[in-house]
Amino acid sequence: MDPAVAGQYVLNGLMLGMIYAMVAVGFTLFFGVLDVIKFSHGDVVMAGAFTALATLGGLSAGGVVSAAVLVVAATAVAVAAMALLGALIARTLILPLRNAPSLNTLLITLMLGLALREAVRLFYPNGSNPKPFPRLLPADAWSAGGFSLRADSAILLVAGLSAIVAVHLIIHRTRLGLAIRAVAQDPETARVMGVNFEAVVMITFGIGSALAALAGVGDALYYNEINFGMGLWLGVIGFSAAVVGGLGSLYGAILGGFLFAALQTVGAIWFAVPAYKDVFAFGAVILLMAWKPTGLIAEKSAERV
Amino acid sequence: MSATPGRSSLPVAVAGVAACAAACWAFLEAESQWVVAALAAGVLAALPVLDRTGLRARFDAAVHARRALAPALVVTAAFALALVLRDSHFALLMLASVALYVTVCLGLTLQFGFAGIANFAGAAFFGIGCYSAAILAANTALPHLLAVLAGGLAAAAVGSVLILPILRTRGHYAALVTIAFGILFRTFLEVNDVLGGPQGLKVPGMRILGWSFNDPPPLPGGVEASFYLNYVIVAVALAAGAFVLVKRIESSWIGLSFDAVRLDETAAAVCGIDIARWKILAFVLGNFLAGTAGAVYAMMSGFIAPNSFTFGDSLILVSIVILGGVGNPLGVIPAALLLLILPEKLQAIQEYRFLIYAVLVILILLYRPQGLLPRRLREYSAPGPRP
Repeated sequence: MDPAVAGQYVLNGLMLGMIYAMVAVGFTLFFGVLDVIKFSHGDVVMAGAFTALATLGGLSAGGVVSAAVLVVAATAVAVAAMALLGALIARTLILPLRNAPSLNTLLITLMLGLALREAVRLFYPNGSNPKPFPRLLPADAWSAGGFSLRADSAILLVAGLSAIVAVHLIIHRTRLGLAIRAVAQDPETARVMGVNFEAVVMITFGIGSALAALAGVGDALYYNEINFGMGLWLGVIGFSAAVVGGLGSLYGAILGGFLFAALQTVGAIWFAVPAYKDVFAFGAVILLMAWKPTGLIAEKSAERV
Repeated sequence: MSATPGRSSLPVAVAGVAACAAACWAFLEAESQWVVAALAAGVLAALPVLDRTGLRARFDAAVHARRALAPALVVTAAFALALVLRDSHFALLMLASVALYVTVCLGLTLQFGFAGIANFAGAAFFGIGCYSAAILAANTALPHLLAVLAGGLAAAAVGSVLILPILRTRGHYAALVTIAFGILFRTFLEVNDVLGGPQGLKVPGMRILGWSFNDPPPLPGGVEASFYLNYVIVAVALAAGAFVLVKRIESSWIGLSFDAVRLDETAAAVCGIDIARWKILAFVLGNFLAGTAGAVYAMMSGFIAPNSFTFGDSLILVSIVILGGVGNPLGVIPAALLLLILPEKLQAIQEYRFLIYAVLVILILLYRPQGLLPRRLREYSAPGPRP
C-alpha cells in the first residue's frame, strides 16, 4: 500500500481510537469503584454532544462569533452538565442498586440509555434527524505527498490525549485519586478509614461522564454531524474496548480503544463493503473474549468466593 | 405459611386466569384512548392490592400445587379470547405475537433465569429463526412444520458458535459476548444482499398438510373468522409446549443443576455438577425456542427486515423476563401482554413507547426488583396432594 494512504488510515484509526479510549476509560473507572457497568455511558456521550450543540445555538443567537470562544464555552458547558448528570445517575440509580445482582445495574443503565436516547429524539427540536455540527476548528492542512494532517485532527488528538493523561494524574497523584483507588480496592475498609464512600462514587461517575462529554464533543467536531443514536454505537464500542482491555484497568481501556479502532481500520481495508468492518471488529471481539476471558490486562484482584 | 393448596386451589386459579383474560379482552376491544389508559391505570393499581390482600400469594400457591393447571387454564383462556375476538385481525395478530414472544422469553428464562447466562441477543436468535424459515419456505419444498423446526435448529446451531466464549467468560464479560453477537448479526443482515439487505425478505404464509394458514379457518357452523386464528392456534400451541418443557425442566434435576450453576459456580463444581454441560444445554435450548418462535413469526407477518432484530428488541425481551419476575415462567405471560399490547393500543403513546418501556423497567428495578410474579422458592416438603 502507498505509504501516504497507509498514513492516512493510521491517522483516522488514531482519531477513532482516541474517542473510543475516552469512552472506555469511563467504563473502566465505574467498574473500578463499584464493580458495575453503566451502560448509559454511550448515551451520555450523545447527550454531551447535544448539550454542546444547544450551547452553540444559544451563544450564536447571543451574538458570539469567535470560533475559539464558542468551542471552549460549548465544551465547558457540556463537560459540566454531563459531570452533574453522571453524579446524579450514580446517586439515583447506581447506589440504590448496590446490593442487587450486578445484572440489574446493567439493565437499569441500559434502560436509562434508552430513555436518554428517546428523550433526545422526541424532545430535542427535530431530534430524530441527524444534526449538522458546525465546523469550528481550523481546517488548515499540512500535507506531504498524498498524506495530509489537518489542524483540527491534531487539536482533537492532543486534547484527547491530555484529557486521558489528566484523568490518569487525578487517579494516581491526588488525594481524591487515592480515595478512588481505595474504594476500588475495598469499599468497606475505605469507609473505615474515613473515606466518604458515596461522595467518591459520585465524583468518579462525574469524572467519567465529563470525559464522555469530551468524547462526544470531539466526535461531533470531527464528523460535523451528530444524531440521537450515536451514543448506542459509541457506548457498545467503548464497553467492548474496556472489556477487551480488561475492566478496571485504565491502561487496558486505552489499549482496548485503540485496538478496536485498529480492528475497524483493518476491516475497512480488507473488505470491499465498508459495513463489514463492524462485523469483522465484533467477530474479533468475540474471539478475543474466548481467548482472554477477562481481557488483555486481567483484573488483579483475586477471585472473591 | 401461606394458604395451603388443596380444595380451594382450583377456583382461585380459574378466577385469576379469567380475570387476566378479561383484562386482555377489555384492552383489545377498547376503542377510546381514555378507556385504554383507565384500564392500564386500573391494572397497575390492582397489583399492590392483590399483593396486600394475599390474593396473589393464593393464586401462586394454587398454580404451584397442580402442575398441569396453569398451562391448561392459560391455553383455554387464550383460545376463548381468540374465539371471542375471532373477526378482528388486529386482536388475533396481537394474541399470536404475545404467544410467540412468550416462547422466546421462556427460552431466555431457561438461559438467564435458571442457568444465569445473560443473553442480550434474544432478538438475533429470533431473527435467525425468521430468516432460515423465510429462505426454506420460499426456496424449498420442505414442509413448513419442518421449516419451523429448522428455524429453531438454525438458531441453536448458530448460537453454538458462542458457546466457547460464553463458557469462558462470566458476568459482564459474558454480557459483552452476546451484545457483540447481536450487533454483528444485525449489521451482517443489513449489508448482505443475498438476505435482502435492509429491505428484508418476503415470506410465504404457513401451510401444513394442505391447511393454508392465510385463508380464513373453516369453523363449524359457517362462523367467519380472521385467518390469523390459524396462527393463534399454532403460536399458542408452541408457547404451551415451551411452557410445559420449561416447567418440567425446572422441577427436574436439570433445573436444580441450573440453579446451582447460577447461584454459585464454584460450589456447584465442588458438588460434582458439570457447569459446562448445563450452561451449554440451557443456552442451546433457549436459542432453539427463540428460533422456532421466530420461524412462525416470519410466516405470520409475511415480511421480515433487519430493523425488527435490533439491540432494542433484545432489550424488550429481557425487560419482559425481568418484569415478569426472573425465573418464573408464568410471569412472562402477563409481562408480555402488558409490554406488547399496551403500546399498540395507546396509539397516542406509540411514539413514546420506548421511553415508557425504559422508565417502567427502571421503576420496577428500583421499587419491585422481583417482578410481577416473583419466582417461588423450591419446596420439597410441600403439603397437599400431588397430581
